[in-house]
Amino acid sequence: MSATTHEHNDAHGHDDHGHAPGFVKRWLFSTNHKDIGSLYLIFAVVAGIVGLLLSVYMRMELQSPGLQYFKSGQEWNATVTAHGLIMIFFAVMPAMIGGFGNWFVPIMIGAPDMAFPRLNNISFWLLVPAFALVMMGLFTGDGAGPGWTLYPPLSNATYHSGPSMDYTLFALHLAGASSLLGAINFITTIFNMRAPGMTLHKMPLFVWSMLVTAFLLLLSIPVLAGAITMLITDRNFGTAFFDPQGGGDPVLFQHLFWFFGHPEVYIMILPGFGIVSHVISTFAKKPIFGYLGMAYAMIAIGVVGFVVWAHHMFTSGMSVDTRAYFMAATMVIAVPTGIKIFSWIATMWGGSIEMKTPMLFAIGFIFLFTLGGVTGIVLSNASVDQILHNTYYVVAHFHYVLSLGAVFSIFAGFYYWIGKMSGRQYPEFWGKVHFWMMFVGVNLTFFPQHFLGLAGMPRRYPDYPDAFAGWNLVSSIGAYIGALSMLVFLYVVYQTFTSKVKLAENYWGEGATTLEWTIASPPPFHTFEELPRVR
Amino acid sequence: MQVSQRFRAAILTLAGTCLVGPAWAQAPHNWQLGFQPPHSPVMDSIEGLHSMILWMMATVTIFVAALLLYASWRFSATRNPAASRVSHHTALEVAWTVLPVLILVIIAIPSFRVVYFEDRTTDADLTIKVVGHQWFWEYTYPDQGNINFSSYMVPEEDLKPGQLRNLDVDNRIVVPAGKNVRILTTSADVIHSFFIPSLGVQRYAIPGRTIETWVRVDKPGVYYGQCNQICGTNHSMMPISVEAMTDQGFTAWIEQAKTRFATGDAPAPAGGGQRLAAVADTQR
Repeated sequence: MSATTHEHNDAHGHDDHGHAPGFVKRWLFSTNHKDIGSLYLIFAVVAGIVGLLLSVYMRMELQSPGLQYFKSGQEWNATVTAHGLIMIFFAVMPAMIGGFGNWFVPIMIGAPDMAFPRLNNISFWLLVPAFALVMMGLFTGDGAGPGWTLYPPLSNATYHSGPSMDYTLFALHLAGASSLLGAINFITTIFNMRAPGMTLHKMPLFVWSMLVTAFLLLLSIPVLAGAITMLITDRNFGTAFFDPQGGGDPVLFQHLFWFFGHPEVYIMILPGFGIVSHVISTFAKKPIFGYLGMAYAMIAIGVVGFVVWAHHMFTSGMSVDTRAYFMAATMVIAVPTGIKIFSWIATMWGGSIEMKTPMLFAIGFIFLFTLGGVTGIVLSNASVDQILHNTYYVVAHFHYVLSLGAVFSIFAGFYYWIGKMSGRQYPEFWGKVHFWMMFVGVNLTFFPQHFLGLAGMPRRYPDYPDAFAGWNLVSSIGAYIGALSMLVFLYVVYQTFTSKVKLAENYWGEGATTLEWTIASPPPFHTFEELPRVR
Repeated sequence: MQVSQRFRAAILTLAGTCLVGPAWAQAPHNWQLGFQPPHSPVMDSIEGLHSMILWMMATVTIFVAALLLYASWRFSATRNPAASRVSHHTALEVAWTVLPVLILVIIAIPSFRVVYFEDRTTDADLTIKVVGHQWFWEYTYPDQGNINFSSYMVPEEDLKPGQLRNLDVDNRIVVPAGKNVRILTTSADVIHSFFIPSLGVQRYAIPGRTIETWVRVDKPGVYYGQCNQICGTNHSMMPISVEAMTDQGFTAWIEQAKTRFATGDAPAPAGGGQRLAAVADTQR
């Protein structure tokens, strides 16, 4: 089935030299979606390693009671804040949306590039100063330590008087602008540049996931931008949007923040849903089960995701009826999510499964995401959340869906597509070592945190009562194993890029049916100068 | 060295609990797997509801894991070389949409009842106002002659035998056991959270707002909690300690407190805790 496009590739092959520009023009002024995608992926790996190092540092501190490595609680708070922001805005989002999204959305819909190639370049280059600003927020003065949720009054000028807080807020503005421009680009591309014959209902699920993600970004980022702008003017220009002494309200910020913040967590996981669908279908050698249900489940998750935000605020003093509503709405999300989980299993059912590294990560994703999902159902109960809110149970929950769920899907995507992106074979054995080490490490890290949360250990504590020492030690050991697995990953990357094995167009065989498998590995600098036809 | 110190501390804790400590205390313990034992009607309901949800969710997780393992084994390429092409099954799709809905309804019905039950008490026997500060709690008893005092963590170097590090305070909040206590939280600076796990109490303390919740402690003893919303450098050093007393004990405490924390005066000097706060202030 890949035979149809052979002639295209040959045509591109000798054009390549004329098209690929020099180093500076190619990598600094890039307008090519694949190059920008690669830049995003490299950026995400670097930022991910920084975020990981911060978490290892924190786990070292929490390994035993008392303050050992951190000089003060403020230093701790600044580290917690930076870890959260880096992982969300500079690791997971760039990897999924900027990286895999840029690389594969145009190819999967048979488009030559993104709709706005220069906008794409700006999106990436806004992230670099944003990342620098977050690091400045961490290292300037006492650091910005209000947590990634930035709740005033702690984040206002009285309690964070130095410039570090302003750096962090400005970093979010830049990262937000970057995501917003990216979202506009994706929506335009997907709506206008699909190859002839590719109707919306024939779009690959990864493209669907990026479309829904882009809409979530488009609608939620401006709200975040508004909230942090108000916070900046509260800090610097004497307004009182969130200051009760001037007639403002700290809870208003919480509403605005979570109106962005809740869709944001789906922004981080939806592209992962897309990746996992492709991987499962490829390695089960079966078309995805219930394609339409899968696509519309993502839309449903996106829509409902906008009306559940205040479940992050069950203890903020909202009226009991409001709590009841947000509880009910939150539970509804379990239904489309359940559809996705069972459809993935049904895709595997009756298949002919090859347990390659991407498939391992995808199955790991389904299991860990389910575990994180069911603790989400526990937390959705406003009644139970009264006692679990802000405890380590919540930390365990969101790391199961993000650190394990989203990151596992990123690695599934990496192993699935690295051959396509680089044209070289990753080492299967080391990929599996990476998977198993990471699987053991992250579970050892985060599963005991459920126990800590139930026992009542609050989050964002550098020091804790001695009764929490046992599980914290286990959790820290898990974190070290998880961090070591990252070294294995770096070795895999090294092995891949020094590998001599060159790959064909479709190295996964009959199960891989989307358009990226019809072009060379790596793809020519310009793809689809002649549009493919989809039947 | 450090281990032996901790061991000694544990022995002292045990000894102290028997000798000078309160008759009975509810604190977390090492290697704990679940909730602290409930000691209020609200926490009773939360624990009951949570146990039910936990079992249902554990079943779902094990079911999904079993399906994944079975499918990976049964449909591996060696065992099943020819993949089927089935990609639709309407009945199945309806089933896995409707079943989760049913499970959620089963969870939601008792959960709604608990949400409304834990909201507030209609006829409170006592009202306590809780004010969060960086980094201590201030307690006021408006209907007991406005007794007002501050509660600071006992710093590690001042711990007496039997006192728990990072949990014990200089002045405990005292309530009568078996009585409905209305709790009103607010804050003087940043947002804090008034959180006592074994009593099922948690509300933010937000400046400019007063938030209401309630508790009825079921038996005399000491209950521990901590600040649960990031509030600055000493976030982990403003624990909460509640002592529930019998009616007579509570009345006696009130009389004694009225003289100890005379109305209108500044909060009683609190020694170590305030030193801690002062140090933090200079750092800031």
